[in-house]
Amino acid sequence: MLIIGERLNGMFKSVAKAIKEKDSKVIHDLAVKQVEGGAHMLDVNVGPASADAVAAMEWLVKTIQEAVDVPLSIDSTKPEVFEAGLKLCKAKPLINSTTAEKEKLDILMPMAAKYDASIIGLTMDKKGIPSTGEGRTELALNIIAAAMENGISTDRVYIDPLILPVNVAQDQCSKVLETIRECKILSDPPPHLLLGLSNVSQKTLNRELINRTYLVMAIAMGLDAAICDSLDKELVDSVITAELLLNKDIYCDSYLDAYRKKAVAVR
Amino acid sequence: MEIMKEKWSTPVSTVTIGATKEDGGTRTSKIVVGGETTLPFLTFEGEIPHAPAIAFEVLDMVPEEYPEALKDYYGDVMHDPGLWAKKCVEQYGAKLIALKLLSAHPDQKDSGAEEAKKAVRAVLNAVSVPLIILGPGVHNKDNEVLDAASQEASGEKCLIGNATQENYKTIVASAMAGGHSVTGESPIDINIAKQVNILISEMGMPLDRMVIYPTTGALGYGLEYAYSIMERARLAALMGDKTLAMPMICFINAETWRVKESKADNPIWGDLKKRGPVWEAATAVAFLQAGADILVMSHPEAVAVVNKTIDELMGKKLAGARS
Repeated sequence: MLIIGERLNGMFKSVAKAIKEKDSKVIHDLAVKQVEGGAHMLDVNVGPASADAVAAMEWLVKTIQEAVDVPLSIDSTKPEVFEAGLKLCKAKPLINSTTAEKEKLDILMPMAAKYDASIIGLTMDKKGIPSTGEGRTELALNIIAAAMENGISTDRVYIDPLILPVNVAQDQCSKVLETIRECKILSDPPPHLLLGLSNVSQKTLNRELINRTYLVMAIAMGLDAAICDSLDKELVDSVITAELLLNKDIYCDSYLDAYRKKAVAVR
Repeated sequence: MEIMKEKWSTPVSTVTIGATKEDGGTRTSKIVVGGETTLPFLTFEGEIPHAPAIAFEVLDMVPEEYPEALKDYYGDVMHDPGLWAKKCVEQYGAKLIALKLLSAHPDQKDSGAEEAKKAVRAVLNAVSVPLIILGPGVHNKDNEVLDAASQEASGEKCLIGNATQENYKTIVASAMAGGHSVTGESPIDINIAKQVNILISEMGMPLDRMVIYPTTGALGYGLEYAYSIMERARLAALMGDKTLAMPMICFINAETWRVKESKADNPIWGDLKKRGPVWEAATAVAFLQAGADILVMSHPEAVAVVNKTIDELMGKKLAGARS
């Protein structure tokens, strides 16, 4: 299970402030803490407030790589911001993200090939997010086809079936679970399935409980990556335990410590 | 026909036993085990950089009960662990000695640190091959004699055992202080094997100075269950579980020479003096296939047969030392 730390995002006020003031220490701390918490990769988003998003992305990527050596997920909507981040990444990066729209795929898939990057594909297009599992799966197939056309192995594609807040679209939670299962058989090798987890609990009271409960359900359906808060210890513990219960790891009394130790060793 | 090949992510760790002059020790040879990147002997699929090693067991006392089939070979030297080890090396080609400090067992002589040091010194002086040093398997006595042995053999890079889930702190601390490696024992239980390894590594012991002792059974006495545990551990290791990615040691002789098939004089079963070594060799070869990297054995003829088998299984890719 790939845990992608979500905290280096200009949407957070402290991060926006650090970017603006070029405060490396705040960024270093947040990078190290997320990795120590269990993140295998860090998402990097300069946020909407940056005046010069390209310069902000360059600074952020450089600064993060001073503190940690995990791969980065370059999170943007603008091609020039992607380029700015990707060209500085030392480890194979992840592009976060394209949609199933042809115009986007035509730009971002060649970019993924150029930088030897993996890529997240959101199951949405100009018409928005399909309300059914089948609709999402169809868009996932378009994304996978575009990857193949660009010579990108299908296991470098991370399909995000787009979970909506439970208090907005409660019926969507089970439909996304269906999509996860269906997408796993779309190609060989299968694509990865990813969620931007925290969206499920937007503006709810029990955010952490909802996050970790949904994540465990999704892992059981075949989810193998999530952009989430790796500083949430109970969330990471739940991931480790879910994988244990799916027989992906051998039990021992110290399995939580062992998992973290293994993760560090792999790094 | 195309051969299907599996690509594994993680190699088994490599453990070195013995320190030569350049390493600060007095041994003239080293034994290196582990480093596999595939399942046992699948040389077409991955690397098997080091052949499994066989250690000859030497005891620090003449035991009350010792198989007649073994006394034929060791009867004249059993009173002196140095002479015993020397005979293993010079006559039977041993490249690794496993000295078991049996006399410290409360049911034997209940001997202590001084006797342990004496036995270790005798073997170190008598032979120049690397050493495995084992306690009697009783917690407080293990702590006492293995600590003494670790000090006496300090810098010789021995393999010290066995640490268990209930009793590991003193043994691991002593082994670390003496620059040795350590075996972690578990009762045919993969979950405990992993737990023991984590406990040992949390004390600061590097993963490449640890060996898994999964406990075993002899042929006919639960061998297949032990086999399945070892196979599962090795699969987990190759798939990336560093806490199980250590070489494995099997005490073939201890299992073989306590079962009736190797001891009971039953004419229908054929010549007793042949039956024992055959049982030991058959058990050993089965555990080689399960992933054993170090075999502790006793009968010289059984060792000869198993060495020949290892040569055959390794094919031309043979590398590394072994008995």
